[in-house]
Amino acid sequence: MSKIPASVSWRSKDDIASRAWTGKKREYDLFKELTVGVIVVGVLVVGLSAVFSSPDEPSVTLKSWATAAPADFVATATAELGGTSGTAGYGAPYNNTPDVGQKLGPINLQSLSGVQIPIDTAVDFVTGPLSLQANPPQALSTWTAAATDQRASWTSAYTDALTKAPNNDPTQVAVGDYGPVPALTSSLLAMAQQGALDGAIQGEGGFFNLDYTRSILFLGDGAYFVGLADGAHLTGDQWGMMNETGNYPGQSWLWLFSFWYQVPVVGGAANADILVVGIMLLLTVLLGLVPFIPGLRTIPRWIPIHRLVWKDYYKRR
Amino acid sequence: MNASGSIDEHTESEVLHTWTGKTRQWLVKRLPADKLLPEGQPSYVSSWIYVFGMGAIASLIYIIASGVVLSLNGPTWYHVSGLGHFVNSSHLWSVELFFIFMVVHLWGKYWMSAWRGGRVLTWITGVISFAVSIVAAFTGYLLQTNFDSQWIAFEAKDALNAVGIGAWFNVANLGQIFMWHIVLLPLAVGVIVALHVVLVRARGVVPPLEAASSDTQLTTPDEVSVGTLTEGSVR
Ligand code: HEM
Repeated sequence: MSKIPASVSWRSKDDIASRAWTGKKREYDLFKELTVGVIVVGVLVVGLSAVFSSPDEPSVTLKSWATAAPADFVATATAELGGTSGTAGYGAPYNNTPDVGQKLGPINLQSLSGVQIPIDTAVDFVTGPLSLQANPPQALSTWTAAATDQRASWTSAYTDALTKAPNNDPTQVAVGDYGPVPALTSSLLAMAQQGALDGAIQGEGGFFNLDYTRSILFLGDGAYFVGLADGAHLTGDQWGMMNETGNYPGQSWLWLFSFWYQVPVVGGAANADILVVGIMLLLTVLLGLVPFIPGLRTIPRWIPIHRLVWKDYYKRR
Repeated sequence: MNASGSIDEHTESEVLHTWTGKTRQWLVKRLPADKLLPEGQPSYVSSWIYVFGMGAIASLIYIIASGVVLSLNGPTWYHVSGLGHFVNSSHLWSVELFFIFMVVHLWGKYWMSAWRGGRVLTWITGVISFAVSIVAAFTGYLLQTNFDSQWIAFEAKDALNAVGIGAWFNVANLGQIFMWHIVLLPLAVGVIVALHVVLVRARGVVPPLEAASSDTQLTTPDEVSVGTLTEGSVR
């Protein structure tokens, strides 16, 4: 072994690591190695695909939601009408909601980004699609003519009544002053069950529309979609999106990203997302800068795994 | 820059004035053909750890090939076609293998401290390719047009919105994600990997951490000559 500790510096200087190798050589056919590699990996890929296939759980639609969980659909539609859903109160980039968004110190990057994808949940998810029908419900004009306060008191009264109804069933709600709300939500339910709502909301973007923001946000406001994800071990507290449906490895390389959400001080913080994104950006930059960081770059000398890698060489020195 | 000594059989020692000529002179000096495609390697290049970089390249070839077939047929083809589903599976599994190979490669290079002797850019381009590959895979998961991609879009929007970029990198906008996944990110991965590999060729493979000038492999160079072994040698 050498007396002076081997240098782990990235610098190019006059040492063996920096100079061109003038010692012994061996034949090494790069193209042959690549060819063998391509064949071996090809066998692995075909084998794994044949044996394990790949998951493909069909998409949820507003239709399948309204059919499978009508009570949840109606409760969500009421929240969209009353502006109390997750999307309605989300803030930027979908709408203006004061005092939401995660902060990094005094800076609220979310608000700073502005309302770039405007979404008015009452209009875009409920009244807009209803107005497209051949015979829009009478209730629609009552709703449109009403004052904001009046609308809010109808929707909140109906929301309360739904929670108290047996099984949250809209057909078993106690009598009350809900104005046009029950008529609107039941028309929307019927529209969704027929499959017309999916197209109506998607069509808000025009004839050609590859933007699914509205449909996905509407789905996510309900309990049905989240429940399906929960059942498929896909939610944030279950290591979230690094998993995929079924028994597949998923994006296991996101483990460190998901890991931080499981650490209570980080995952439980009000600005957890900012913290996690920040930590991961910092760690990625640090990984790139390892060769410059004393200590981090010296560990390979302290724990000499390289002696395994270059066993042959060290043996024959 | 004037090339000192004979760099190449072509007389490149003359002073060139055109940008084109200077570029050629620089390229040929930094990466002569026998350095780019050598027939041999230093004696210390004999370990299983060296195959993982190649394995990552091989997997990348399958990722691109299967991705091209999926692209030709559009993102929803594999839901309705048996062949499509198989191609989708091979796309998925070549990605899984790619990441396995890349991560082993990364750790290998770490424990070999392979950034030594002016190879830091090789390390940095490696880390960049790792990061860009992760984003590329993420956009792939968003492009599955199934329950998984609906859910991932719903979940992931919050982190992107929290840092203020969710409106421009909109995970629920399939058209945008499509372009990122099949054009921009593969291009980026391809360019960075190419640069990474060219850098490895230009610098030569890093010698053992404890190599010393008294080592027999250095004091008694080749008894056997292997083809035109000029790897790394400044002639
Ligand atoms: C897209 C993924 C990557 C591909 C296709 C790739 C490919 C390669 C290949 C073919 C080599 C030469 C042979 C070998 O030692 O395996 C190499 C060397 C190297 N790679 Fe990568 N690599 C990738 C990612 C990375 C990552 C993530 C890192 C580290 C953070 C890294 C760091 C290095 C270093 C430092 C060398 C030089 C090794 C030496 O001089 O001995 N690479 N890479």
